[in-house]
Amino acid sequence: MKPPAFTYHRPATVQEAVQLLDAHAGEGAKVLAGGQSLVPLMSMRLAAPGHLVDINHVAGLDTVEVTSTGVRVGALARHSRVEHDAAAFAALPLLRQALGQVAHPTIRNRGTTVGSLVHGDPAAEMTAVLAVLDGEVELVGPHGSRSVGAADFFVGPMETEHADAEVAVAATFRRPPAGTGSAFVELARRHGDYAMCGVAALVTVDADLAVTGARVGLISVGAGPVVVDLGPAVSGSGGGVDTPRARELVDAAIDPEDDIHATATYRRHLAHVLTERAVAQAHEAARGTRRSAA
Amino acid sequence: MSDVVSTGSTTRVSLTVNGVRHDLDLPARRLLSDALRHDLRLTGTHVGCEHGVCGACTVLVDGAPMRSCLLFAVSLDGAEITTVEGCRSADGGMGPVQQAFHECHALQCGFCTPGFITTITAFLDDNPAPTRDEAREAVSGNLCRCTGYVNIVSAVERAAELRREPTP
Ligand SMILES: Cc1cc2nc3c(=O)[nH]c(=O)nc-3n(C[C@H](O)[C@H](O)[C@H](O)COP(=O)(O)OP(=O)(O)OC[C@H]3O[C@@H](n4cnc5c(N)ncnc54)[C@H](O)[C@@H]3O)c2cc1C
Ligand code: FES
Ligand code: FES
Repeated sequence: MKPPAFTYHRPATVQEAVQLLDAHAGEGAKVLAGGQSLVPLMSMRLAAPGHLVDINHVAGLDTVEVTSTGVRVGALARHSRVEHDAAAFAALPLLRQALGQVAHPTIRNRGTTVGSLVHGDPAAEMTAVLAVLDGEVELVGPHGSRSVGAADFFVGPMETEHADAEVAVAATFRRPPAGTGSAFVELARRHGDYAMCGVAALVTVDADLAVTGARVGLISVGAGPVVVDLGPAVSGSGGGVDTPRARELVDAAIDPEDDIHATATYRRHLAHVLTERAVAQAHEAARGTRRSAA
Repeated sequence: MSDVVSTGSTTRVSLTVNGVRHDLDLPARRLLSDALRHDLRLTGTHVGCEHGVCGACTVLVDGAPMRSCLLFAVSLDGAEITTVEGCRSADGGMGPVQQAFHECHALQCGFCTPGFITTITAFLDDNPAPTRDEAREAVSGNLCRCTGYVNIVSAVERAAELRREPTP
């Protein structure tokens, strides 16, 4: 269980990192961020990059900024830093709600949120959070920089829209409309494991507490995060979200598979149950935002 | 300029381990767990799964618990590392967490123990008076195949008490 040999690079700037990735793209050069996914893959010999470009010493990437549009998380912000950032929590409680369920605190002390997005594991909580909040990832490459929205970023299992020579410098999680509450609910075989299914939910209520919108993002039931707009299940009369209709909408969107952790049928069942729970919690939180605003 | 190291050679890394500074020339692929055990002969840090799941290899990096089997030592230039050997008391005897494990019979074979001691040491720095539920949550990332965890959770509570007692 020892990682294979590689050539190590320790750039001081993003530009230098991009140059190194570009120069060694043919030899499978990869970014080393927290290493919490990459190192085990290398130790299990499932990955053998010829070069690692260590971004841990690049200045200016360890940032969590709250702006009027959302929360921008830099590439070196560890999961734990984002989780405990008070301003980020106030702006987007969903970040902490989800991060508390990403692995164990010890892994979160090193693993980065941006790294988990780039890695693109279909069971990674933060992929669904970025997707349901309609966020984006900023990439810097040899030909300049670009931003890719979540809908285009997650291409397939462990596959995301970024070129070999691009560094993801930040991700922005966008603020939902006023009156929105959120929740993240998942079920894993053991505490801290990747979930068999997980649901990020957003529910929006107006000043009269009538539900005006609902959206969920699901993990572990598709090739990447699955976003479902539950708008058609929202009853206009001020009630809540129609559960049987929400189930149908979720059912039509997901495509779970069998594996050693759970059957596809069981994951589908979980998607129903966890959606209902997450939506109920988010609805309650949405009411809370209106009450505290009143 | 970036620091390029070829596969055949080594790179210079400066690590402060349990308060002592070491300048090491290491191959890039050297895991922190192996740098501690093989290069520094600090065999208190145990290696179980070597892929981040068991927690036996947990050490503190700049005060925060991390899996040493998931870190390349070369990436940690300048870091302060605390291993189980560094969790003893100032007089060289057992530290409060070690003493609590002894009193509560919180270990059997002892293989998992170093990872628990480091994890709990850092946890009690942040939360000096945890509830039993918080104590359980704190050790939930560490696996023990012997004890059944009940005595380990008791040891977290006892260690918190010991830390509050004035040292005689
Ligand atoms: C025991 C264990 C349990 C875990 N459980 C969970 C879980 O329940 N949920 C979960 O979401 N995750 C889990 N993880 C993974 C963890 O969240 C990782 O931190 C995360 O997946 C990757 O982040 P990283 O910074 O460690 O990236 P790395 O491991 O350093 O990199 C992962 C991949 O992304 C690329 N990459 C990383 N950052 C960038 C960047 N800025 N630009 C370009 N490419 C980049 C790397 O080249 C590599 O291919 C677990 C890990 C372990 C060891
Ligand atoms: S040896 Fe590092 S977590 Fe198991
Ligand atoms: S005491 Fe034997 S594994 Fe924990």
